[in-house]
Amino acid sequence: MNTELTGVIFTYLLTLAIAIPLGRYIAKVFKGEKTWLDFMAPLDRLIFRFSGIDPKREMNWKQHLLALLTINSVWLIYAFVCLMAQGHLPLNPDGNPGQSADTAFNTAISFLVNCNLQHYSGESGATYFTQHFVFMFLHFVSAATGIAALVVVFRAMKDKVTDKLGNFWEYFVKSITRILLPFSFVIAVIFAFNGMTTSYAGKDTFISMQGDTVHVSRGPVAALVAIKHLGTNGGGWFGANSAHPIENPNYLTNTVELVAQVAIPIALVFALGFYLNKKKFSYVIFGVMTLGMLMLLIPTMNAELNGNPAIAKMGISQPTGAMEGKEVRFGPANSAYWSIMTTIISTGSVNSMHDSAMPVSGTMMMLGMMINCFYGGCGVGFLNFYIFIIVAVFISGLMVGRTPEFLGRKIEAREMKIASLIALLHPFIILVGLAISSYYVVNVAGADWAVKPSAWLNNPGTHGFSEMLYEYTSSAANNGSGFEGLGDGNIFWNYTTGIVMILGRFLPIIGPLAIAGLLANKKYIPESAGTLKSDTSTFGVMIFAVIVIIAALSFFPALALGPIAEHFSLK
Amino acid sequence: MKTYLLPSIKLTLILIVLTAGIYPLAIAGIGKFTPGKGDGETITYKDRVVGYANIGQKFTKDEYFWGRPSAVDYNAAGSGGSNKGPSNPDYLKQVEGRIDDFMKHNPGVTRSQIPAELVTASGSGLDPDISPAGAKVQVARVAKARGLSVDALNKLVDEHTEQPLLGMFGPAKVNVLKLNVALDELK
Repeated sequence: MNTELTGVIFTYLLTLAIAIPLGRYIAKVFKGEKTWLDFMAPLDRLIFRFSGIDPKREMNWKQHLLALLTINSVWLIYAFVCLMAQGHLPLNPDGNPGQSADTAFNTAISFLVNCNLQHYSGESGATYFTQHFVFMFLHFVSAATGIAALVVVFRAMKDKVTDKLGNFWEYFVKSITRILLPFSFVIAVIFAFNGMTTSYAGKDTFISMQGDTVHVSRGPVAALVAIKHLGTNGGGWFGANSAHPIENPNYLTNTVELVAQVAIPIALVFALGFYLNKKKFSYVIFGVMTLGMLMLLIPTMNAELNGNPAIAKMGISQPTGAMEGKEVRFGPANSAYWSIMTTIISTGSVNSMHDSAMPVSGTMMMLGMMINCFYGGCGVGFLNFYIFIIVAVFISGLMVGRTPEFLGRKIEAREMKIASLIALLHPFIILVGLAISSYYVVNVAGADWAVKPSAWLNNPGTHGFSEMLYEYTSSAANNGSGFEGLGDGNIFWNYTTGIVMILGRFLPIIGPLAIAGLLANKKYIPESAGTLKSDTSTFGVMIFAVIVIIAALSFFPALALGPIAEHFSLK
Repeated sequence: MKTYLLPSIKLTLILIVLTAGIYPLAIAGIGKFTPGKGDGETITYKDRVVGYANIGQKFTKDEYFWGRPSAVDYNAAGSGGSNKGPSNPDYLKQVEGRIDDFMKHNPGVTRSQIPAELVTASGSGLDPDISPAGAKVQVARVAKARGLSVDALNKLVDEHTEQPLLGMFGPAKVNVLKLNVALDELK
């Protein structure tokens, strides 16, 4: 077996080896049990005292949502103002200007919702001030928001008949002080010793071997890149993201970045089992997610390792696979693995350019985001999965002619309405956006924007269509990667994807929280012989079927017009 | 709303200080003790900084080994790939042009000897590396341009081939800048 494949397998196994103990640790943190990071407790107390928060005050699900939405609104306004004003703020060694209103609108939402779609380039469109005080800050708090929301759902599943679901601020602050911050610190130190820059010196200039004058963008990159992955954010320092040789200098940093982004999403699945004392249930969920991951990964690896048939026809050898948009130090096998991981878990950082990937790979990346719950983003991945669990329980209940129950609570019309709406929201916002943008490309091609619709697409035909489909899919899934050839730095894309991102973030948090809160309030029915067991492989198959039918098939027509058509035309 | 708004604002302030102030400053402090002191590792030739170890630069002369094509022309003030789709006819024409150019400068090389990375653009536009095969295929040209023996250059390429991580994980590669500096040092 060649070293590129062993590298991929090693990376995944290392991820699991870290994620399982991490899951146990996370469960302990939120159960309030003793952990080895308890020396951070004085910091927690300082934060709560300064903010005037009593972390012991129990909240119901509506109060949790109010707290979550209030603080997110504060961040949105703060981020928007900073981005507009960055040209006049300190820490701007490269002298970059403020962002336009539409770009700032898009960027502020994008980082707030853990999406990190970037319609600017880090080297010229942001300053050291905004990279730190907007982006890095939002990297931490948006990931912590997702984790805190998930813990509320965990709590609601645990207790028998209650509307007391713990304190949102406590979950949120602990997500940062006990998980994200300490682990980011360790990761950033590894990065710093492997060639990532950490200083505030600004651009450098040198004369190259051949006598060209070259300017090099730099910056305190290591700290940002650590939380960018750990928090499944993905918004990078440089335009080329983790393909950039400073943002990802070697195979070791690449492995650490890959492990860091997948570790928490997998750990949270195991944390569920440890938290509820239902380990088998989390094995079933992990099994479904892993099966889904492999079904996306294997075709992608196959397509990338075989290379581009159009280039093979020119007589060029592709010993390792397709190389357009990829870096030699990672190679096609690792880039294929990264592109699937980053799309299923909503990170959206890239170490190769997805726009140049094979059409089969493009299909799989988009499917990963359309389903958006195979491991999924920090916290929100499981929240999306939760919706599919509810739907699967309901359908299984109907199939056997019993009232559907999940963990001892009846699922009734109200919960089902919420679950169906959330499940259908995702295809709705993606496909409507796609329809509008396609209309503009064809019928309003000359509209006078920064980039005219006729010039949006960097590639002709089916691939151009895929660029638009990818952009809305990535926005709705809060992923943030892109087919970056798309001319998206203009009013149309900034506003439409901004709206899609904000809907795609908060409704899928509100829905599961509401369902969990409503269920927690219902009468508890003890398990009997007629109960549908949620920790069996039969139930796992049901969930998988529901995911395929609802999430994957609703996108099939759009995928057929884009990457699938391109695949069959590429000979 | 007031129950949540005031704590939200205060919590935001203290977390900004913690996550965007103290944390990156601590990392910057630790960065001072790393090779390159956190500014990035530079390569020096004849007491002059000729580039960054990790940042690819443009080599077009016959007497140097060439790196990969770059969508940003190795302008390290920015970064990016071509974002061309695999079926794009203009893109395929461009690749065809690169092959012709390469064959013109490297007579005697057949198409099947050219590895893909030499005619495709990297993701960052700043890829510092090529594969060992990508270096070997250029040896004859460089040897002729410099009047050196092919054997000496093959040996130089072997010396500058970086093996996979721990010998097991990831691809082998050659850093083009380091190889070219070594080449000039051979004189």
